[in-house]
Amino acid sequence: MSVIVGKTSQAPDFPIAAKSALKNDQLRRNVAHATNVIRNKRALRVEEMPDWEDLRQAGSDIKAHTLAHLDHYLEEFARNCELAGGKVHWARDADEANSIAINLIRHYGGTEPGLEVIKVKTMTSDEVQMNHALEAAGIKPIETDLADMIVQLGHDEPSHIVVPALHKNRVEIRDIFRKQMGLPELTEQPEDLTNAARHYLRDRFLRAKIGISGANFAIAATGSVGVVESEGNGRMCVTLPEVLITLIGIEKVLPTFADLEVILQTLPRSATGERMNPYNSIWTGVTPGDGPQAFHVILLDNGRTRLLEDEIERETLACIRCGACLNACPVYRETGGHAYGSIYSGPIGAILSPQLQSLEHSRSLPFASTLCGACYEVCPVKINIPEVLIHLRGRVVREDQKTLGGKLSAENIAMQTVATVFQDHRRYEAAQRLARIGQTIFKRDGQLTNLPGMAGGWTRSRDLRPIPKQSFRDWWKARDKNGEETREKKAEERA
Amino acid sequence: MIERLGHTVEFPVQQTCCGQMHYNTGYHREAVPLVRRFVEMFRDAEAVCVPSASCVAMMREHYVMMAEAENDPAFLADVHSLLPRVFEFSELLVNRLGIEDVGATFPHSVTYHPSCHSLRMLHVGDAPVKLLRSVRGLNLLELPNKEQCCGFGGTFAVKNPDVSVAMLTEKDACVVQTGAEIVTALDNSCLMQIYGGLHRSGSKVRTMHLAEILESIEPTGGLA
Repeated sequence: MSVIVGKTSQAPDFPIAAKSALKNDQLRRNVAHATNVIRNKRALRVEEMPDWEDLRQAGSDIKAHTLAHLDHYLEEFARNCELAGGKVHWARDADEANSIAINLIRHYGGTEPGLEVIKVKTMTSDEVQMNHALEAAGIKPIETDLADMIVQLGHDEPSHIVVPALHKNRVEIRDIFRKQMGLPELTEQPEDLTNAARHYLRDRFLRAKIGISGANFAIAATGSVGVVESEGNGRMCVTLPEVLITLIGIEKVLPTFADLEVILQTLPRSATGERMNPYNSIWTGVTPGDGPQAFHVILLDNGRTRLLEDEIERETLACIRCGACLNACPVYRETGGHAYGSIYSGPIGAILSPQLQSLEHSRSLPFASTLCGACYEVCPVKINIPEVLIHLRGRVVREDQKTLGGKLSAENIAMQTVATVFQDHRRYEAAQRLARIGQTIFKRDGQLTNLPGMAGGWTRSRDLRPIPKQSFRDWWKARDKNGEETREKKAEERA
Repeated sequence: MIERLGHTVEFPVQQTCCGQMHYNTGYHREAVPLVRRFVEMFRDAEAVCVPSASCVAMMREHYVMMAEAENDPAFLADVHSLLPRVFEFSELLVNRLGIEDVGATFPHSVTYHPSCHSLRMLHVGDAPVKLLRSVRGLNLLELPNKEQCCGFGGTFAVKNPDVSVAMLTEKDACVVQTGAEIVTALDNSCLMQIYGGLHRSGSKVRTMHLAEILESIEPTGGLA
């Protein structure tokens, strides 16, 4: 089995990618502006809910229960989906998912090169690099979600799990449309951009025979599948074609329709700051004479079942992909999504991408967080992301320590030394004295401004106060020596 | 300051570190002896005052789980017994002792940075603000976008220095915007970060731990 998560295997480490993202002022302005807007909208829509914390807990409970019985609910979903006329396919990894999709497309659409398929709302297909696989097979995927379309036309990568083109402003989008749609006069007015997109997509919607979608949820009890969205493009994509292929990560299954009471309240408010999504499409199998007459579901594992084994790691699969943690994250705010090297960016990406791939790639991602807890605070299913990050850091460190290079790394040696020093207060005090002497060569105008090694990362852009001549413990000990005397004097002063 | 309120303070000089730096960086095994040491050192205290919210967060969030993993019932029992007696500094004053006015005088303008762990893990709420409001002469100025992280994050600050500094730049701009003479917090680690950026940029804004402000009883606030 080979788990692929987007292009993570070729991505540079987070600190390196972040460094170059930080140099892009336009990107940073776009990201800060967009996340501010969504964050504030979300806050308004959450504040008006007196039972928000109960909803979060309910969402968390539903997900925990479902994940604990995932085998049961997946089989129930598959059974009911097929009873309703759908066909369910099981994909262990990216390659299997892609070849199932390609075989289905060829079966229904023939083998003529350049066959168009329309796609919508399927980040999971980006996870398995489906567009790449389809193109290699001579099939032309057309993204129809507005933001995904911008990303595709701009030969770009999504930078946000809900707002994939969040890193682009209107002028940049206008330029992409001008070039790719042959509209040299196009302005950046929202109406004009929307019209251009509408004209571009309408024909493609009408002529496509095959559609590919993702899903926000799958209902085990009825075999239904649902997509929520703001544009209506998703609705067209899942209703107009003759054949619909829906790719679903196995963690998206919910036991019953009643569970939507919770998820359909928390998801839109968390994702876009809306009370409900403008379009909620839920369909069950095939309905003769209405909508696609062939419906295929591909249930994707791609590393997910492995996460079920561990209680802490399993939490990650509760994610409903609302993106609230990205908008709340002060790190994402600075770097945008591309620095994470994965289609799953921000705090959830920092825990999801490395785990799906058994830490083979994205080992720097669990460290791409200050553990400030803003992600956990907004998560509608209460994933304790900081806890999972710390857990994964532990895995990375333990794995590294098994290798000679890891054992001899500057970081490991420093951490081991400090741990030894901290185990004895005499060593601790001696180290303090030593540092006080040692620091003198790095002092300039009373500040530490140019420390060596890892600490240089600090002093390149920040000053550091030197260790004072008298530490608290020196002061305390000195005070204790003439302790009684001092205390009595103070008592007198007070009196 | 605590003695001024009539309490006895003891400082076990054998203490070193709560283990947070190792634990949060992924050195879980290495943190365990430090946790044991902390528990050993403070197990008999009536109340433990910790002038660092993130250390208290470490204790409350992770000590039980760590002790459970150690399979040592006595250690686990000690952790369970000790934790309810551990207080962050402002918690000790406002929640445990029920005091908001500690009798301090500090005639300066101050802005308060609610550190992430005090805010989102300890939920200290407005305890520090109540304490600051009761200080004579103190002019408390609201910090814009105060709940956003300063970018320290322990070893994050050196593992991801560029992002850390970018976050800090935003925080320090907000601090400067208040016009305050002093920025205070419950965590010296955040203050070290905030100071590092302010001082490098030539700003005259000072960083002081809340305890330093509450300690002041001199009419001038004791600032040079």
